[in-house]
Amino acid sequence: MSQPNSPASASPVDMPATSQYLAVNLAHEEYAIDLLAVREIRAWTPVTRIPQAPSYVLGVLNLRGAIVPVLDLRLRFGLAREEYGATTVTVIVIVAGRLFGAVVDGVSDVLEVSAGDVRPVPDMGTAVDTEYLKGLTSVAERMVLLLDVDKLLQPQDAQMLEAALPAAADVRAVA
Amino acid sequence: MASVGVAQFHQVFFEESLEGLDVMESSLLALDEGGDSELVNTIFRAAHSIKGGSATFGFPEMAAFTHEAESLLDELRDGRRAIDGTIVELLLRTVDCLRGMFARAQSGQPLNNAEAESLRGQMAAALGRKIEPKAAPSRRAGDHADAWRIDFRPHQGMLAGGNDPLRLFRELAALGELQVQPVLDRLPPLAALKPAQCHLGWVLELGGPATRDQIAAVFDWVEDECELTIEPLHVVADEPAPAAGVPAGKPPAAAAVHGAESGSVRVSIDKIDGLIDLVGELVITQSMLDQFREEFDTAKLALLQQGLTQLARHTRELQESVMGVRMLPIGSVFNRFPRLVRDLTQKLGKQVKLELVGEQTELDKTVLEKIGDPLVHLVRNAIDHGLEMPDRRRAVGKAQTGALRLEAFHRGGNIVVEVSDDGAGLNREAIVAKALQRGLIASGDQLSDEQVAELIFQPGFSTAAVATDLSGRGVGMDVVRRNVSDLGGAVAIRTRSGHGTVFTITLPLTLAIIDGLTAAVGREHYIVPLVSIIESVQARPETLHRVTGGGELFRFRDEYLPVLRLHQLFGCTGAQAAIEEGLLIVVEGDGTRVALLVDGLIGQQQAVVKSLEANYRRVGGISGATILADGSVALIVDVAGLIRLQSRSKAA
Repeated sequence: MSQPNSPASASPVDMPATSQYLAVNLAHEEYAIDLLAVREIRAWTPVTRIPQAPSYVLGVLNLRGAIVPVLDLRLRFGLAREEYGATTVTVIVIVAGRLFGAVVDGVSDVLEVSAGDVRPVPDMGTAVDTEYLKGLTSVAERMVLLLDVDKLLQPQDAQMLEAALPAAADVRAVA
Repeated sequence: MASVGVAQFHQVFFEESLEGLDVMESSLLALDEGGDSELVNTIFRAAHSIKGGSATFGFPEMAAFTHEAESLLDELRDGRRAIDGTIVELLLRTVDCLRGMFARAQSGQPLNNAEAESLRGQMAAALGRKIEPKAAPSRRAGDHADAWRIDFRPHQGMLAGGNDPLRLFRELAALGELQVQPVLDRLPPLAALKPAQCHLGWVLELGGPATRDQIAAVFDWVEDECELTIEPLHVVADEPAPAAGVPAGKPPAAAAVHGAESGSVRVSIDKIDGLIDLVGELVITQSMLDQFREEFDTAKLALLQQGLTQLARHTRELQESVMGVRMLPIGSVFNRFPRLVRDLTQKLGKQVKLELVGEQTELDKTVLEKIGDPLVHLVRNAIDHGLEMPDRRRAVGKAQTGALRLEAFHRGGNIVVEVSDDGAGLNREAIVAKALQRGLIASGDQLSDEQVAELIFQPGFSTAAVATDLSGRGVGMDVVRRNVSDLGGAVAIRTRSGHGTVFTITLPLTLAIIDGLTAAVGREHYIVPLVSIIESVQARPETLHRVTGGGELFRFRDEYLPVLRLHQLFGCTGAQAAIEEGLLIVVEGDGTRVALLVDGLIGQQQAVVKSLEANYRRVGGISGATILADGSVALIVDVAGLIRLQSRSKAA
């Protein structure tokens, strides 16, 4: 894989930094995922459900021997999931060394976005959750929402659970 | 920078030196039992390497310390000094002290402490030289001072254990002049304050001639339920104060074990050559199979089948060999016991002969690292509680020297480690009395010996009349059982009053592959580890009882087991809800038996355990995942976790 320009590689010459994004479709809107975080794109296949998981975590799949959780971005954003069609794909993303899959309606394009063109997401009131969005930009008159992949799987959930477990074990030991 | 260049070799130096120390220790023990002079040479060589290495790698304190030991060994080697118990004891303590130094070197703390100085002084004295002025009494400052500052922070739940800080303070006040200052930094807002919990901490200043041990003894009963720092007030100590809450100090062996847990494995060259051969054959088979890609006609079918069989065999052999790389002989764990037994028997005045059998039995490295502590516990228990004093043994007509045997062997697909002694056996009356007192059982009449033995695995159970500093504090067998079941194993106990006790630990060969039964629940498949399965049965209606609160009990032989509905716990849809229509798997986890309701069994298979936590997180009741033959993922049931899950959902 050739290394695309990343925002981190502060350009020696003073050129506007551009990043590459993978454009994905979700409920007739276009979202974009940082291409550097994308591992691969797979056709959607059924996954193994995991107990006690939030509804948007569909389950786990086998990625060449690694067990990878898969979440449905429609459900994650509170949209209804109609059906898994021919274009439905799982985008495998790596964040901080951990892999997860994101199910989207389809992938369309790789976009070049320069940092200067990214605008903040307007405040749409508390009813609309915008914490998973880094910003928005327009490409050829189309609005594209940039996803903040780091926040999708919400690692703080996992940490809270981890912290609670030893406490439960202690209770048992005392009892 | 030169120091950076040397620092990268530190880890190797530590590993080699710790191995050298192990050699020194075992040779010293052999010497104590009347070994030959060649052993002295072995010990000398090990000490010499450590001295040379520590000087090279920038640990002059350690080099100076080892130098004294080396001089002493030199005299032994030349025959200028006779080998006797005192010298061996001194050298053994030197080995312990060096281990402590290595542990401190690894964590970057100053190497010398009071113990090292005093030992160095003793060695110098043994060599007939004056004790250096450095080893002046002020070095013992860590234990004596004329005033102490005690930082005492109880955990919130301390009061629930019936521990009253006031009582502790009264005891302290008896030792000297006491000033008490409360610390309020953990006080929650009034609304969140739970009156039954302890939110206060205290800083105490104690004047008077008390020693650290006396103060620590006051906090003995609460040391696990508080953070405790005891430091001298007026004397400037050279060494950092000991870590909080460890007044008595852990046995030095613990430090050495910790060092051994670090990253690398030594693999014999035979194993690696074997692996290379296997890979070579695999490549040949692969190129043979490759021919069929070019041209294939049915005439070659037999050849193809033969090739595939070969491929399957090589893959299996390769799998076994690669697993073998992680397998190490259990001897490395057994080796610490001669020393432990020697120290304990001397302390208790007992006579024990330790026998080690099957040291070559190989175990997975991860299992090996974690089996040490439970074994130490069982051995300590056997010597402290099991084996009797020499005169008592004579009185009942047994040999004066007790026999303690550690044995490792293969049985089925498991490794079995047995700790057996010919001591007094479990004291049925004492256990029953204690269990009655603690309210664990209502009456001891109908209990089988097996059930009585099972009681000692209850948390906080101890029958020792007096708590010694070895065992009897009531934390123990439950921890042993938990540690072993964390490794996927089980502990069983057999005892005959007056004839001895046998603890049997059954461990899986490896943690990476388990045998399991695939169970269907709705459209989903789960793997239940074979080790936790006792039986699977089709329930007849008359064996099922529905009791108050929606509980369901299943009569299994003469026990009543709660029924856990897997589909309910895991939220599966389309599963069989009628118990009579499904299948009950009787499983055991953490010593508790339950009946697990599933739709049916599909088959038995070996499962390569994959971590869920690597990319996701821990899931209650699930120990991991595995990949089935069709490439899909199946989850592995954690029986002990499932039982916890059930009791938690009940409590909620």
